[in-house]
Amino acid sequence: MNNGGAEAAVAPVGGPQPLEWKFSQVFGERTAGEEIQDVDIISAIEFNRTGDHLATGDRGGRVVLFERTDTLDHVGQRRDLEKMDYPINRHPLFRYKTEFQSHEPEFDYLKSLEIEEKINKIRWCQSAYGALSLLSTNDKTIKFWKVQEKQVKKVCDLNVDSTKAMGNGPIVGSSISTSSKQYMANGGCTSNDFSLPNGGLPSLRLPMVTTLETKLMARCRRIYSHAHDYHINSISNNSDGETFISADDLRINLWNLEISNQSFNIVDVKPANMEDLTEVITSAEFHPIHCNMLAYSSSKGSIRLVDMRQSALCDIHIKLFEEQEAPGSRSFFTDIIASISDIKFAKDGRHILSRDYLTLKLWDINMDSGPVATFQVHEYLRPKLCDLYENDSIFDKFECCLSGDGLRVATGSYSNLFRVFGCSEGSKEATTLEANKNPMRRQGLTASRPSRSLGSPSGVVRRGKGADNSAVDANGNTFDFTTKLLHLAWHPTENSIACAASNSLYMYYA
Amino acid sequence: MSTVEAPLYPIAVLIDELKNDDIQLRLNSIRRLSTIARALGEDRTRSELIPFLSENNDDDDEVLLAMAEELGVFVPYVGGVEHAHVLLTPLETLCTVEETCVRDKAVESLCKIGSQMRENDLIERFTPLVKRLAAGEWFTARVSACGLFHIAYPSAPETLKTELRSIYGQLCQDDMPMVRRSAASNLWKFAGTVESAHLKADIMQMFEDLTQDDQDTVRLLAVEGCAALGKLLEPQDCAARILPVIVNFSQDKSWRVRYMVANQLYELCEALGPEPIRTDLLPAYVRLLRDNEAEVRIAAAGKVTKFCQILSPELAIQHILPCVKELSLDSSQHVRAALASVVMGMAPVLGKDATIEQLLPIFLSLLKDEFPDVRLNIISKLDQVNQVIGIDLLSQSLLPAIVELAEDRHWRVRLAIIEYIPLLANQLGVGFFDDKLGGLCMQWLQDKVYSIRDAAAKNLKHLAEEFGPDWAMQHIIPQVLEIANDSHYLHRMTLLRAISLLGPVMGSEITCSKLLPVVVNASKDRVPNIKFNVAKVLQSLISVVDQSVVEKTIRPCLVELSEDPDVDVRYFAVQGLQSIDQVTMSS
Repeated sequence: MNNGGAEAAVAPVGGPQPLEWKFSQVFGERTAGEEIQDVDIISAIEFNRTGDHLATGDRGGRVVLFERTDTLDHVGQRRDLEKMDYPINRHPLFRYKTEFQSHEPEFDYLKSLEIEEKINKIRWCQSAYGALSLLSTNDKTIKFWKVQEKQVKKVCDLNVDSTKAMGNGPIVGSSISTSSKQYMANGGCTSNDFSLPNGGLPSLRLPMVTTLETKLMARCRRIYSHAHDYHINSISNNSDGETFISADDLRINLWNLEISNQSFNIVDVKPANMEDLTEVITSAEFHPIHCNMLAYSSSKGSIRLVDMRQSALCDIHIKLFEEQEAPGSRSFFTDIIASISDIKFAKDGRHILSRDYLTLKLWDINMDSGPVATFQVHEYLRPKLCDLYENDSIFDKFECCLSGDGLRVATGSYSNLFRVFGCSEGSKEATTLEANKNPMRRQGLTASRPSRSLGSPSGVVRRGKGADNSAVDANGNTFDFTTKLLHLAWHPTENSIACAASNSLYMYYA
Repeated sequence: MSTVEAPLYPIAVLIDELKNDDIQLRLNSIRRLSTIARALGEDRTRSELIPFLSENNDDDDEVLLAMAEELGVFVPYVGGVEHAHVLLTPLETLCTVEETCVRDKAVESLCKIGSQMRENDLIERFTPLVKRLAAGEWFTARVSACGLFHIAYPSAPETLKTELRSIYGQLCQDDMPMVRRSAASNLWKFAGTVESAHLKADIMQMFEDLTQDDQDTVRLLAVEGCAALGKLLEPQDCAARILPVIVNFSQDKSWRVRYMVANQLYELCEALGPEPIRTDLLPAYVRLLRDNEAEVRIAAAGKVTKFCQILSPELAIQHILPCVKELSLDSSQHVRAALASVVMGMAPVLGKDATIEQLLPIFLSLLKDEFPDVRLNIISKLDQVNQVIGIDLLSQSLLPAIVELAEDRHWRVRLAIIEYIPLLANQLGVGFFDDKLGGLCMQWLQDKVYSIRDAAAKNLKHLAEEFGPDWAMQHIIPQVLEIANDSHYLHRMTLLRAISLLGPVMGSEITCSKLLPVVVNASKDRVPNIKFNVAKVLQSLISVVDQSVVEKTIRPCLVELSEDPDVDVRYFAVQGLQSIDQVTMSS
């Protein structure tokens, strides 16, 4: 048997054991010396609700869909295995399904602004009738896509000879003769004048259709545009299945999925005078269960919970979550690194995870005095904030995610690293992984191997103390600020993470 | 491939195009489905066309929508009511597609067909379909099912009825909010077919469940059906079962639910007797008028007149009027605008004394509102108050309000007030109008916005109709004709527009003596735009004046213009000449 099964068997009772992460798959792996095209860089990742599908968006405005294969065909087999009480080592495996061009570069002539095609966010919608549907957005325009299998059909047995029809029939042709135009004009109209025999006309027949194959087709069903003056940073579906929100720097709008020409502004933080602007919206998300609640984060490090039942304009929050800064610790960078780049609700709706520049914070929505847990993601960068400010890295927007069971959280860092923390009571789990085929390679170097990290606090904090101003950490690893892992997503039901290292999509499981 | 005889060719093409690659052609064919069906005959329509359409379910949404609609009226083409059931198969598939409007149309068509079907077929074919949809794997099927129960239920035998009620109860508790919403919005239709014993037990239970749903959007729709459901119940049952729910909803946490209550409350009053209105609904309504949320106050304020109409004047004065006073000073301009659009209607309800004493100050304060929509809304309903207290009491405040609106810097506001001028003229009478408003009407003719100038010209026509040609001869025509000497060509163009509108009202004599010379004169203008507008005006005056005048004045003028160097002038002049010829020929 293999490792996964064996490990599961020896898992101790009590607190959850740190996970042993293994490489699963990579899509679009970079070969040595390969130049990365900017348009290929992945800019959004999202699993759907069941975890059977995964979508990525890139800077070139494309959306790529993957589907899970390990559950597709082996349902029967799986059940048999379970019956035998046989340790199954099954982890999510995906395959490429289809891709489509979601957004194109545009130009706003009124504002003389170029609108790039980059996909900022993807959100899956509840699908019906075997179709997949999702929302994708760039800076300005949100689109609703339906991806569905279409049958490619061959039509034969037409009434009108097809060769003749080319010249005569009103089929889309380049040259339509005048005589056929007459037919076209009369197309069906004249037929009303016919005296049709009671039994019908036996010589007419319906076209025969033979299905050759099925093909996946992506259709844009709706375009929600012209509602944002600033760049859209988030979109989020409501649990009611009917509405969604879109947030830009200063406003949050509420849409009905079916109506693309009108939206309601529910949050507006734009001051009367733009010179008074001190805070912008950085991310927004609906509560996963309560359709009336949503949370949004700000560049000042606060998260506001809003109840849409209270009022049509939700400028007044019902709860404000922010951490009191320690007195005396203020520096030029305090405000910048406090800015929250992403928030996510846990599946139970009780917790909110937020990511700022150096930390991940977990909040309990019933406790607004401070976060219930803070995880240092790359504390060793604190002495280097000056350099990071110079090269703009300090404004990088890292995303964060929670596991489906809410026991772990994950977020990205530089050098294609990402970190997984245990957030259950008493967990010391703090794993550093590198997005390549050997994710645990770093572990040996940073001495935070799960087996050892149990006794000691996260090795990373120690490492931070020794770091000097160069981009070299205590262990002699150079840190590459250009290879940042911004986007990642946790599978909704299993311990599996998909993350984007520039143009490659890496998947890991534990 | 066969060849088709020439007369059948169009139908053959039509049939082939059901599968054309071009969506427009497919749509065209689907829209002519009845023609195809007649060409094939009833038998082959049933055996070939309908199965063919049933397989066509992955077409574009537009085509599916058209198909869903056509099938709804297809009963005659499949051989009448006894064969109507063959149509159920394709429509059942359409009931499950993702696009809402296709599903809605398919449900609508199924209802149309179902209401024609024979009882036996309903039981054997229609009801199983409803049950299949209600148990559908996709939520779309279950959403559609909710809209079909009221067709299936009446003819079902007792056991089946019980089953249908229980299925509907399950739909009301479906996991998907979309299904619960559909169940909520269709509940009153279903309730209308259910026997009163079950109505009180089963349906009311479902209603109560829906009113306690977690999702605001479901509760909203439950409120929407309240009034319709209430009308099905006996007044005392309604008071016992619906009233507490509504009173509860009027204090719901969600403003959207309260908003819906504010909109529905009046309807519900019709279902209840006067006593519960006084004891329960009136306090609830007063609360809504004082709601924290402006949107709710807007909805409530918009119903204030209707609500007063069902109350006794004393109650209205005692309870509603104080709220109206508060609303007239509301911080939200939209609330004040909503109030202003209906508050005049309260005058007939309250009677003369109360109006003068209580309402007049409110009217006056709204007339001085800083927000133009509020003032406009008051002015637009002037006729209602005029009947009760006469306009004199208002005219003092009215005039400044009108003048200010007439000079508002937003042209849409100016446009709105112009459109009310005929109404004002009618209410205020000639005397008042001449003194105060006549100047404004002329001023608008020279506005810098085209729409205003155009509206001003139309306004003159309405005034001439209102006060008669004699009055117009004295008060409009001289001032208008003076514009002919204006240095701005756009103003001269407005003059032409005004003449073309006034001509038919003023009659042949005045047109010939006063208006026509000005037009003919304008044909010598140096601006080509004026000249081709002259041609257009002349064309419009042909029918107004005598044949002799046409020949003597209009034709020579047009002939001259038809030799103009400017191509547009020549074009319109030739058009004018052609219509003279047509008129001559026909007479």
